Amino acid sequence: MSNAAAFSGSAASGPTLSQDGFLLPTRDGDGDGFWDAAAQGELRIQACEACGRLRMPPRPMCPWCRSTDKTWRLMSGRGTVWSFAIPHPPLLPAYSAVAPYNVVVVTLDEDPTIRLVGNLVATPESPLNSIDPESIQIGERVEVAFANLISVEGGDVAMVRWVRSGS
Amino acid sequence: MSPAVGFKDATAIVGIAQSEFAKHLEPTEAELAYQVIVAACADAGVDPSEIDALCSYTMEQTEEVEIARNIGCGDITFFSQIGYGGGAGAAAIGQAAMAVATGQANVAVAWRSRKRGSGPRPWTNTSVQLRVPGQWTRPSGLLRPADEIAILTRRYMHEYGAAREHLANIAVAIRGHANRNPAAMMHDRPMTHDDYMAARWISEPLCLFDNCLETDGALACVIVSAERARDLAQPPVYVHAFAQGLPAQHQTMVNYFCEDPLTGPAWACAKRLWANADFGPQDVSVAQIYDAFTSLVLLSLEGYGFCGRGEAAAFTEDGNLEWGRGRLPVNTSGGGLSEAYVHGFNLINEGVRQIRGTSTSQVENAETCLVTGGEGVPTSAVLLRR
Repeated sequence: MSNAAAFSGSAASGPTLSQDGFLLPTRDGDGDGFWDAAAQGELRIQACEACGRLRMPPRPMCPWCRSTDKTWRLMSGRGTVWSFAIPHPPLLPAYSAVAPYNVVVVTLDEDPTIRLVGNLVATPESPLNSIDPESIQIGERVEVAFANLISVEGGDVAMVRWVRSGS
Repeated sequence: MSPAVGFKDATAIVGIAQSEFAKHLEPTEAELAYQVIVAACADAGVDPSEIDALCSYTMEQTEEVEIARNIGCGDITFFSQIGYGGGAGAAAIGQAAMAVATGQANVAVAWRSRKRGSGPRPWTNTSVQLRVPGQWTRPSGLLRPADEIAILTRRYMHEYGAAREHLANIAVAIRGHANRNPAAMMHDRPMTHDDYMAARWISEPLCLFDNCLETDGALACVIVSAERARDLAQPPVYVHAFAQGLPAQHQTMVNYFCEDPLTGPAWACAKRLWANADFGPQDVSVAQIYDAFTSLVLLSLEGYGFCGRGEAAAFTEDGNLEWGRGRLPVNTSGGGLSEAYVHGFNLINEGVRQIRGTSTSQVENAETCLVTGGEGVPTSAVLLRR
């Protein structure tokens, strides 16, 4: 077993990159509902059909009531910046080219314990470094957006981005 | 009867050894492992053929069968590997001690050999980046451990009003200890607060000096029963208590998805550790706290109860972590930040030296030492005592 596989529990099926060299999500069955919704421009979070609680990341069993019945609940797409990092090189080449860029963790209005990792950008299709890092504040209000990246295999993949509320 | 009766002080670390620490060492990881295990046996005064238990990390690349075939072990009757990278170190000691205390083995060895200094950087490899759990974080550009911990660090600073100066207090204190330790990679490299503040960013708010070193190196420990320890060459260093910790809804390295991400594995581990110990944090003479990043020390100081929640930044002030000055000297050989980064195993050997009285930054009359695994991943800790 490789180092990475031993550390993470399961191995990826193979690298998936965008044509620009950015990483794309390596999907497993558990997260399909999220990515399929994103491709439709919707933010949907997994919820337990039995007890109704949201959970993230998605997984087969509800840790609160142990039900395996689940659904994908539509979110308002509004949230608050919980924290952020500004990576600098050395990084994978595509990321180095836009560094320093931001990575934000956003809590959703529907449930403050549900957090999503993404990038704060000027417009959905803007680059990862389109916001001045000095201007980002924990607590600022954001809205979900989706950027379409084209994979090396040629398909569209929707990535979660965040834009400032009212922008 | 306390649940820890039968474990508490029933075993002792009686031998330690380490390789050189450098950016590049010639021997393979396996060769380094064999050398340090044989040397630790020599330090203890036991023959390698007596080893019957082997404990290490799941990330260790030198397998038990190769160890046993090379150093000439007889029957091995206990072997275990602990997961989650730097969370595993103290657990390798703890599980080895459990094996001896429960009669599964007589002479246990724990070790770690890693050529992280000269090996490839994981984040240059896209197939490593793209493992399945990474789908929620990696594509957004949280590529490296430093990026993942930067998120928690900034949240910590925001919630508690901590500043970069507090991270500098940690980096400078630990560098000072490395400057006193000839084996440390940073032995000849003093660092001031100004040096820290001028360093380049890695992932804001973490700069270069918030990050551990990249090291080739290996270390090992030998553990036997307290009874056997009395007849051996070195003063016994008793394994007083041990715990592992994996809290509810934890996510390894990206612990953003639970209710309270700033109370991580250290809290779960500490509850069990102190419940099984005859003493508390106020009685700890010296601590070796896993420091892949400076901010993990803040979280650990709170988790293990040296101060209250949100108080760790203030706890670092006035040289409080420094040898010769502070209430709690931390990482007295230079830790992962300034001695060597070998997944925290050098913290274990330094804990042993403190209790033996042979550290290069020896705390006077050190009776007890806490050694922790990494915060931010499922973790472990041991309490060592004279």
